[in-house]
Amino acid sequence: MKIAVWLGRRLIAIVLQLLIISFLTFSLLFLMPGSPEQILIGPNPATAEQLESIRERYGLNEPFLAQYADWLGAAVHLDFGTSIANGEEVSSLLIERSGVTVSLAIYAIVLLLLLAVPLGLVAGARAGGTADRVISAVTTMLVSAPAFATGLLLLYVFGVVLRWFPIFGFGSGFTDVVWHLTLPAATLAIAVIALIVRQTRAVAATIVRSDYVLFGRARGVAPWTIWTRYLLRGSSMPLVTSMGLVLGFFLTGTVVVERLFSIPGLGSLLINAVSTKDLPVVQGATILVSFFVLLANLLADASHLAVDPRVRKAVLA
Amino acid sequence: MASGNGRPGADLLSVEGLRVTGHDGAALVDDVTFSIRPGETVALVGESGSGKSLTAKAIAGLLPRNLTASGSIRWRETEVVGARERVLRTLRGPQVSMLLQDPFTLLNPLTPVWRTLAETLPGRGAELRLLISERISDVGIEPARARDRYPWELSGGMRQRIGLAAALSQSPALLLADEPTTALDATTQRDVLRLIHRLQRGHGMAMLLITHDLRIATSMSDRVVVMAKGGIVESGDVDDLRSGGRQEYTRRLWAAQLPVDRRLADLRVEARLDGAGAAPVPDAATGGAGAGTTPILVVRELSKSFAARGHGEGVQALDRVGLELARGRSLGVIGESGSGKTTLARCILGLEQPTSGTVELTPGIARRQVQCVFQDPYSSLNPSHSIGFALAEAVRHRAGAPLSRREVAAEIAATLHSVGLDASFARRRPETLSGGQRQRVAIARALLLRPEILVCDEPVAALDLTVQSQVLQVLRDAQAGGLSMVFITHDMSVARQLTDEVIVLHKGRIVETGPTASVLDDPQHEYTARLLASVPSGDREWIAGPPLQRTGAMTDG
Repeated sequence: MKIAVWLGRRLIAIVLQLLIISFLTFSLLFLMPGSPEQILIGPNPATAEQLESIRERYGLNEPFLAQYADWLGAAVHLDFGTSIANGEEVSSLLIERSGVTVSLAIYAIVLLLLLAVPLGLVAGARAGGTADRVISAVTTMLVSAPAFATGLLLLYVFGVVLRWFPIFGFGSGFTDVVWHLTLPAATLAIAVIALIVRQTRAVAATIVRSDYVLFGRARGVAPWTIWTRYLLRGSSMPLVTSMGLVLGFFLTGTVVVERLFSIPGLGSLLINAVSTKDLPVVQGATILVSFFVLLANLLADASHLAVDPRVRKAVLA
Repeated sequence: MASGNGRPGADLLSVEGLRVTGHDGAALVDDVTFSIRPGETVALVGESGSGKSLTAKAIAGLLPRNLTASGSIRWRETEVVGARERVLRTLRGPQVSMLLQDPFTLLNPLTPVWRTLAETLPGRGAELRLLISERISDVGIEPARARDRYPWELSGGMRQRIGLAAALSQSPALLLADEPTTALDATTQRDVLRLIHRLQRGHGMAMLLITHDLRIATSMSDRVVVMAKGGIVESGDVDDLRSGGRQEYTRRLWAAQLPVDRRLADLRVEARLDGAGAAPVPDAATGGAGAGTTPILVVRELSKSFAARGHGEGVQALDRVGLELARGRSLGVIGESGSGKTTLARCILGLEQPTSGTVELTPGIARRQVQCVFQDPYSSLNPSHSIGFALAEAVRHRAGAPLSRREVAAEIAATLHSVGLDASFARRRPETLSGGQRQRVAIARALLLRPEILVCDEPVAALDLTVQSQVLQVLRDAQAGGLSMVFITHDMSVARQLTDEVIVLHKGRIVETGPTASVLDDPQHEYTARLLASVPSGDREWIAGPPLQRTGAMTDG
């Protein structure tokens, strides 16, 4: 019941945030250099009749707020108009591309969790030891290499030399997609691995020195329980918050990886649209990505509630 | 050395030549030897830094990674020093278990009580649930009140009881109890110690009781080991200790104990060892020149309630509290945690806005002439400034008009001297000072502001007994100089030494008030009597018998 109230509030907040974003996005049409009709018609020279028909079609003769209302009304139904570059429906473009990007982001998050969290726990539990020093050095090295470099290296070693993974494309069917996305997801995960390892390490190091771990060991609690219920759960609380941010980054910052592995994702769509001034696509993609990021943060906060009873009590009381 | 050495085969625990060293090779514990037989209680007594906690951790095989143990520690046949963790792991719980000092950090905050207990109990399903309920009621808590709660929803006393249930869940042959009640209120302390004592009898369990309190050691243990600076000072039968101990150090420890039944002439340990300081004096003897009945501070009908977060009930911290402080006198406010005593102090200092009622100072006294000394000597000084800087700031703040460097320095030196510190302390930084020294600096800073009233909130609660005595004597000297004082404490013995009148606070209300001597010698209210009864007497009877009160859900400790 109370959780429904909390969720309801958060969803309302998301809707409000999306409204603000949509307004700013819509205003882009008027902020960009050139007249709106010229932008909407594209780079080709246009006749007066063509400009008039564009004005008619987009309601450009109406007042600004009325135009926004019309645009918003359509956007609510996922109608962002058609691409200026190729005349395709923006919505179908977005759906096609976001499938790829979301799969890649989720895969990268899973890889990140599987790699970074255990490494961080071990480093934290043995803070100052050899394992800690090796883990810290390696992850720092990995994070200081730019994504295109690690991506190229992975591509060369596992794609070209060893031929374990395909070197481009998206594939079809679950296993094929996973197979195709492994190297790009690994590239993304490596880009932020040090962040997550450091964070996990810091929390784990504090917990490992805590009285309740000492007490647990002194009264004979099994090591597995100490590792999972004490260290892992304890470390996961700050982690979920940064996971929300990382997921947001994965959804938007994938351009380099998409280019490198020739994956048709949202990132490259957005970059292309910006460089060709394809405004309807830019608007649609911006709204969609904002929605994803807000959703990722909601997910993070919900996980926070799930793992920390104190937050649960404070929020739901 | 210890009397158990004659029958090595019968020992449950034998420690021989234990040495704990740090990275740099310095010995933190050196040449510690003693043993415990089945069912026996041995007390390990010492002040902070004596190495008693490290000794316990070494015995459990749980020293921090940067420390190394050498010598020999045996649990029955198992050698602990150098043993593999895999071996010790299976023995911790059924053979040796440990209870720690701080109930607020003892339990995993993410785990409800039932799961904490389930971690070391056998069985599953309904059988396990029944066992958990049994264990909770064994420690004097109604199972339904605690089972599904998280540690942070429980009072300190409840948490320590749950900790005890968890430590004993596999019926260990030996319990290492490291200051198990030091963080608890006096009445809760006695109840928890009685509980430990009863469970120990029931299980036939041996115990190593680590404590700084000699009276607790004598009432609970069979034999006593006194430690100081990492080594053993003396060890022997509890009667030896009761009669004062053989070593000078032990006698000093005894001398540092403050009596609750009389007021001492001089609180310093040296003076008391002489005999002169130990002489009782009439209770109202401290008032300096000008002491009288003119009130300097009047509190009327003071109430303070805190709104709860969320939809919970608010807390009535103070309920129509009234008091009068006469010029040059010292008024004690006695209460346990949750009594509202700190809220009262904060209201008097103007740090908290009362919900209703008034705090009036006699006309002519400014707010800044009401100064304070708080409990925690570690957080009340800015670590990035020297002591001299902090004190000079106080002098300049008070003087208003610019003073010459030399004038400031002279005043600082004089004040440091009056709190028993050398003038060279002005050049030092807080981190190089011990807790007692810091607290004296905090007092010096308050005195430099030339206050009319000093509000002390548990100024010695965090200090070792011998250090307590020094700090309390400094405050007494200030009283003799004519300073009026509101002295907040949970410790009846401290109140006896420092105050002329007392009020006893219980759950935000005054339950008793009067001259210190008559309230402590002849308490009228049942709560005051219970507080007095929970002052450790050092006798066996103090620990025997049933708990004084059945523990409430959230109110105790």
